[in-house]
Amino acid sequence: MTAHGYFSTYALVGLVLLVGGGFVSVAFAANRLLRPHAPNVEKLMTYECGVDPVGEGWAQTHIRYYIYAYLYVIFAVDAIFLFPWATVFADPGFGTTTLVEMFVFVGFLAVGLLYAWRKGVLTWT
Amino acid sequence: MTAGLAAATVAAADLSGRGGPGFLSPTGAEVAFVLIGLVVLGSALLVVTTSQIVHAALWLVVTLGGLAAEYLLLTAEFIAWVQVLIYIGAVVVLLLFGLMLTRAPIGRSTELDSLKRWPAVLVAVGATATLLTVVVDAFHSAYLDLGKTDDGSARVTGESLFRVWVLPFEVLSVLLLAALIGAIVLSRGRADADGKGR
Repeated sequence: MTAHGYFSTYALVGLVLLVGGGFVSVAFAANRLLRPHAPNVEKLMTYECGVDPVGEGWAQTHIRYYIYAYLYVIFAVDAIFLFPWATVFADPGFGTTTLVEMFVFVGFLAVGLLYAWRKGVLTWT
Repeated sequence: MTAGLAAATVAAADLSGRGGPGFLSPTGAEVAFVLIGLVVLGSALLVVTTSQIVHAALWLVVTLGGLAAEYLLLTAEFIAWVQVLIYIGAVVVLLLFGLMLTRAPIGRSTELDSLKRWPAVLVAVGATATLLTVVVDAFHSAYLDLGKTDDGSARVTGESLFRVWVLPFEVLSVLLLAALIGAIVLSRGRADADGKGR
């Protein structure tokens, strides 16, 4: 891709982001200007399915969620390496060796997933 | 300074003359780079100065997103999307779950202001000086041609990764495996100690 095409393409992405942000800001600003403003305690209470909320907004989560997020990080790193691999592995000079290398990489991570499964981390209790 | 500016102008004129009108010329990219750099700096300062810890995590999203945009402007396309997928997508989620594991309260907390502010500033300035020295010394003669955008593509990364850096790549999978197993062992040990484990 030429430099010109590259920068125009991403400038278009930036323009879409700006228009999106502008749309939200204008909508909220217009809302703030047009709406009547008459708060009371009842109105400012957090909405919780129609009943009065109990306790605080903060609840300590179980470490299980952290492990799920961690699994996500590891497989995101795994997935990101598939992209450069997918662009080159069919090229001359790569071929079977590169294919095997990626399967070794995925294989190591599959062992981790197998371990997590055997230890019952993946079952929801 | 003036010579550099003149060279940049000549380069920009050369590039913009090539493909007709576009949305962003290479000079525009340089201006955008500086502006986004200021946004990154400001949001990074807010990450460490805000007294609401969840807001710090959200400002971190702005900082990392701005850095992704900087990578894009340096034509490092692949790294930019790695930044979005891994750091904004995964690491910030991990950070938020990490915050929710602790008993950190929502809202302002005064104990976030550390009394060791001046030693921290000293360490930060020292680390910055070291990094600047190393980076400037290593790359002062390197030149990035913004007119050539292939260097940061996934293909170039893949070629060097699978031709030269295969062993580090495989070692990385072992590192990830060790981290995963370590996290599982630690979390299960804690769950068992609480009497909630299976």
